[in-house]
Amino acid sequence: MQKRFTMHVNVDDFLPATDAEKEYMVQMRPTSTFFKDGVKRLLKNKIATASFIIVVLITLMSVLLPMFWPYSYDQMLGVTPGRPVDPSFNNLAPFQYSTTEQQWKAEGYTVFPHIFGTDSQGRDYFIRVVYGARISLAVGFFASIIVLIIGMTVGSIAGYIGGKVDIFIMRVVDIIYSLPDTLMVILLAAVMKNALEDVIEGTVLASLGVNMISLFLVFALLYWVSMSRLIRGQILSLREQEYVLAAKSAGAKPSWIIRKHLIPNCISVVIISTALQIPSAIFTESYLSFLGLGVNAPMPSLGSLAADALNGINSYPYRLVIPAIVISLIVLSLNLFGDGLRDAFDPKLKN
Amino acid sequence: MNSKTFLYILKRIALAVLTVWIVITVTFFVTRAVPGGPFLGEKALSAEAEAALNAKYGLDKPVFEQYITYLKDIVTRMDFGPSLKNRGRTVMDIISSGMQVSVKLGLIAAGCATVIGIVLGAVAALRRNKIIDKVIMVITTAFVSMPSFIMGTLLLLLFALVLKWVPANGAMEGGLILPVITLALYPTAYITRLTRSSMLDVLGQDYIRTARAKGVSGVKIIFGHALKNSLIPVITYLGPMLAYIVTGSLVVEQIFAVNGIGRAFVSSITDRDYPLIMGTTIVLASLIVIMNLVSDIMYKVVDPRITLE
Repeated sequence: MQKRFTMHVNVDDFLPATDAEKEYMVQMRPTSTFFKDGVKRLLKNKIATASFIIVVLITLMSVLLPMFWPYSYDQMLGVTPGRPVDPSFNNLAPFQYSTTEQQWKAEGYTVFPHIFGTDSQGRDYFIRVVYGARISLAVGFFASIIVLIIGMTVGSIAGYIGGKVDIFIMRVVDIIYSLPDTLMVILLAAVMKNALEDVIEGTVLASLGVNMISLFLVFALLYWVSMSRLIRGQILSLREQEYVLAAKSAGAKPSWIIRKHLIPNCISVVIISTALQIPSAIFTESYLSFLGLGVNAPMPSLGSLAADALNGINSYPYRLVIPAIVISLIVLSLNLFGDGLRDAFDPKLKN
Repeated sequence: MNSKTFLYILKRIALAVLTVWIVITVTFFVTRAVPGGPFLGEKALSAEAEAALNAKYGLDKPVFEQYITYLKDIVTRMDFGPSLKNRGRTVMDIISSGMQVSVKLGLIAAGCATVIGIVLGAVAALRRNKIIDKVIMVITTAFVSMPSFIMGTLLLLLFALVLKWVPANGAMEGGLILPVITLALYPTAYITRLTRSSMLDVLGQDYIRTARAKGVSGVKIIFGHALKNSLIPVITYLGPMLAYIVTGSLVVEQIFAVNGIGRAFVSSITDRDYPLIMGTTIVLASLIVIMNLVSDIMYKVVDPRITLE
């Protein structure tokens, strides 16, 4: 017979649970911090993890390889003091040896191969590309740090103090923001080069090269605005959050609120936008180097390598393709990693 | 248009004028601060000859007086003075002849980017998570990450030198094809992504569901209801797109030897032709500022939902 709907209650369902049953329901998991959660989410994102590995590999290569590579980036292999210039070193194809080197090999010496050949002045092209990657990464990294420091200081001052200071800072930010940045960068980079030469003469900075310093100065002058806007906005909105009010009414001191509420909530946005700043700084540096406004002459940058290769594009196309691939790889994987970082640490920001 | 919108537009125009003025001022004083005169690169001049040249170009007057004269000339007559390196030509002359080429290049690139970007974006949104959507997204991600000079040189290598389909020199017949493609690729990719995400946003809205519920056909929903609203973010991108095309044209014209304003700008920097540097910077910067202004205003006017600060 079909079971009818009844109002009779099965008493067994309401017995207190035994200890064994309780045990079954409780599952203790290790506590997870915000950071651990984020890393877990990041590792699940295969594209971001792969990009991170590529970035780390390129960085390690660019730092470590020059240490034991037998050639240096500015060494013209055909030029030996006291001897006539040996032109057979110039414009070697990948894995080709110059006549002198072939002679050495015949005599039984081992000669380190030129993996990407040599350039028109007989410099090993592989190490130049490695150096170029190193310069690009260094510029991207340090420029982002400069932008971060200035942007964070100005942004948090504007956000905390508020009032007239805030209005004034934000007007300045508005104006700098509306300046066409690339044109200003080119103008400043072109002009500062000449003005800086005398100022840094003989100091530690001189070893960096004028162009590099003007590049950093330009970043410091122009690119902090979006970072400061972001941080100001964060601080303004966080200050008004209910949990901050709750903490205040529970008697929390300002230092506690800043340490426990404002910084942890702000930090992920700051890290993410700094990470995304790096590829855009690399972009700008290589663009300026391509126009001949970037790093100083013997020092290679991926942009200047590409620009040099443009002259011999008919005979040596690989010299263009190699730095092109490296720079695209760096920018692409940094962008994808930054996106992954954003998705993992600040899901709110997605889309 | 209500008074609030009007006030906003007025404020934006004031900011734009201020920005252009700042650009002029910064450009002027920055170029004057450079040690060594504009004639530095040339053969050693006698003291008299140098003084005569300085007097001819007004470089012997106090800097502030030079600034006022310069500002007055620009505002009243669009006169940027004579070019120092191209004897006998004025800066305005060089700029306007360069502009004729660059504007053509830029407008074609912008037009292609907008049309193709919107179509691809709409297709990707409609075929969400299908193969075609994924292909479009992967390709656009790659294009967004590739600097324009890399893209340009690789295209030059492939199509002009290896395949020999088009001439490598921009001045030749059909030579503008590659520069246009190079300039258009990034904005196309960007607009595609923008249209896709905003289209997906709009397709999830209630009024689209209502339209579906009352039986409107799919095509009509896309073109009659969804497309218009999903184009609003694209309008905001028009300003930045022009800025990108202007700065991109600097390298693209260099790579393909197009005689546009971008090339004039770059060679003016290597030549230290200060009046030309200043003139091109000011013209290009004003162009970007004006275009940003227009796209901002259009954005606010087109979408009444947007609240004004």
